Amino acid sequence: MATMLPASPALQWLRANLFSSLPNTVATLCILYLTWTLLPSFLNWALVSAIWSAPDGRLCREAQGAGACWAFITEKHRFILFGTYPYDQHWRPALAVAMLIVLYGASALRSLWRPRLVIVWLAGLAVIAVLMWGGVFGLSYVENERWGGLILTLLLTTFGIAFAFPLSILLAVGRRSAMPLIRLMSVAYIEIIRGVPLISVLFMASVMLPLFLPGGVFIDKLLRAQTAMILFAAAYLAEVVRGGLQALPRGQDEAAQALGLTYWQRHRFVILPQALRIAIPPLVNTFIGFFKDTSLVVIIGLFDLLTTIKVSLNEPAWTGFGVEAYLFAAFVYFLFCYPMSRYSQALERRLARGAAAPMIREN
Amino acid sequence: MAHEFPRPGGGRSSRIVWLRYDSRARAIVYQVLLAAALGLAFWFVIANTAENLAARGIASGFQFLFREAGFEISETTFLSYNAGSSYLRAIAVGVLNTFRVAVIGIVLATSLGTLIGLARLSRNWLLGTLAAAYVELIRNVPLLVQLFFWYVVVTEHFPAPADALNPLPGVFISNRGIVFPIPRSPFELDYPELTAFNFSGGGAVSPEFAALLLGLVIYTASFIAEIVRAGILAVDRGQFEAAQSLGLRPWQAMRFVILPQALRAIVPPLTSQYLNITKNSSLAVAIGYPDLVSICNTIINQTGQAIEGIAIIMFVYLTISLALSAFMNRYNRLAALKGGNP
Repeated sequence: MATMLPASPALQWLRANLFSSLPNTVATLCILYLTWTLLPSFLNWALVSAIWSAPDGRLCREAQGAGACWAFITEKHRFILFGTYPYDQHWRPALAVAMLIVLYGASALRSLWRPRLVIVWLAGLAVIAVLMWGGVFGLSYVENERWGGLILTLLLTTFGIAFAFPLSILLAVGRRSAMPLIRLMSVAYIEIIRGVPLISVLFMASVMLPLFLPGGVFIDKLLRAQTAMILFAAAYLAEVVRGGLQALPRGQDEAAQALGLTYWQRHRFVILPQALRIAIPPLVNTFIGFFKDTSLVVIIGLFDLLTTIKVSLNEPAWTGFGVEAYLFAAFVYFLFCYPMSRYSQALERRLARGAAAPMIREN
Repeated sequence: MAHEFPRPGGGRSSRIVWLRYDSRARAIVYQVLLAAALGLAFWFVIANTAENLAARGIASGFQFLFREAGFEISETTFLSYNAGSSYLRAIAVGVLNTFRVAVIGIVLATSLGTLIGLARLSRNWLLGTLAAAYVELIRNVPLLVQLFFWYVVVTEHFPAPADALNPLPGVFISNRGIVFPIPRSPFELDYPELTAFNFSGGGAVSPEFAALLLGLVIYTASFIAEIVRAGILAVDRGQFEAAQSLGLRPWQAMRFVILPQALRAIVPPLTSQYLNITKNSSLAVAIGYPDLVSICNTIINQTGQAIEGIAIIMFVYLTISLALSAFMNRYNRLAALKGGNP
């Protein structure tokens, strides 16, 4: 580089990053050519020729696919986002979604990682429950069979993680226990759940759970799916927590023992606070995977975001616009997952402080 | 406190006191209590289930497997099947269909993932950015959304058989799936031919299979790309420089120096991706590809044998999981450092 003729920084950057060798130059030219040919027609389809509003699919069909039919989204967005929740009450799930997003945003700030945050979360969830169910403060009662769309996806994720997390800590600690029976049971639980697909756990909850309970006891579909999600998430979270426990130097436990702390005191005050801190970035990744996995409830007929989109597509007025519909679904999921993914990467860089192996996201 | 740890059987101290101080005795008590609680829970569940099954008139057991299934399966792998076959045969067809999509998916996802992982490491900024965009776009969207998307693309936007795409001689891509020539004898290929509405002859891949495979491969490749990239980054930079100073060309350095070392970091997470692809193939039920889960689901709906059906699904997947991890552990030992060579 030093022997080269002085060139402007931009030119130097181009030479180093795009045209450093013959294969590199060929690759650059190929990519530029493909972009040149594909991007304009895509932009034309997605933006220029797109139809943004129409009462039904007729206008879009007349265009014969020259442009995207975003009118489907414009027309059906209320149903897609809120499901069958009473139309004039849509502000309630909307407010609940906004509250959850604010809560998650606040939880991402390290300066707010205090015990008080748990209390704020509990208060927030209580307010959300009141908003969604109603029946008090002049809000009309809405049974949870009518909850749907984005809020259901977010609630399944939130409550799934909230209940799975304590369970996963027990499982992870149990897997390292000195007691063979407890170790065996933890290992068996974790490996069985991780060895089977989520859909089989969901089927199990939806068809087998009613068989397990005494006659007359009935739990609704939402609660059954939620139970399955909790049991499933716990096994995956347990392995992440175990990773954190394993990363902790043995000396920490030994020092705590030397201080005369009991088993539970050692875990409560010394081991878990440090192990969980190490495990935060992979925990965020598991969270992303779990958020995406909630979309599987479409298979057992729960009205989450993906189900509302599929149902909208079944309307005769709008059949045939699946590409637009699923691109929109992908966009909404991406909007949630991508920031979390970047957050986890940034957190890892800050917390790891040059740890040996980089973390790889598995789901 | 410290000078009087009572021992079990010490006689003088009460039972409560030795329970407090003797961790071995405490462990036994805990485990007995846990076993008792679990036993009770199981007994409760089994009693309820027996009662519920009796109330619904469902006979438990696996005898139903030998009865006639009575439903058609749209595609089979290796095994012949018709509505008169037994449930057991239907399940075997499901297992083979799961294997078919998983094995082909693993091969394709590994190839695509490796290419994208290497592209991300490329010194070409455009290529690197493109690969990074692929990874972030794909892995942050649920697989199920992508499967629905590909299914719609294949069934609604691919051309009709009459205008099928013909990328290679004898290969036709249409909204009825993909057809291709298969060898009829060692010297002769059976070419597909266009009939009135569809193709006949040759080998064929259904649109459901095509969509499922496309979705699984594209999704899993985004994770494999990251694994490959991290594995290569884990190899010390000095290794590459040393290989270069020995006069190896860049691809030689990659092939003989970097990759063999990177594989050690790559294989364990790759194993879990292979398991993931196998488990994720169960999403086939959502787009109507007859894999194990979707066939068992049909059987459960038809016979009411829910417990048996789900037990079969879980048993098959657990077997695959264990077999794959055993195989990968073996490979891992082979790829690990071999010391002691003179």
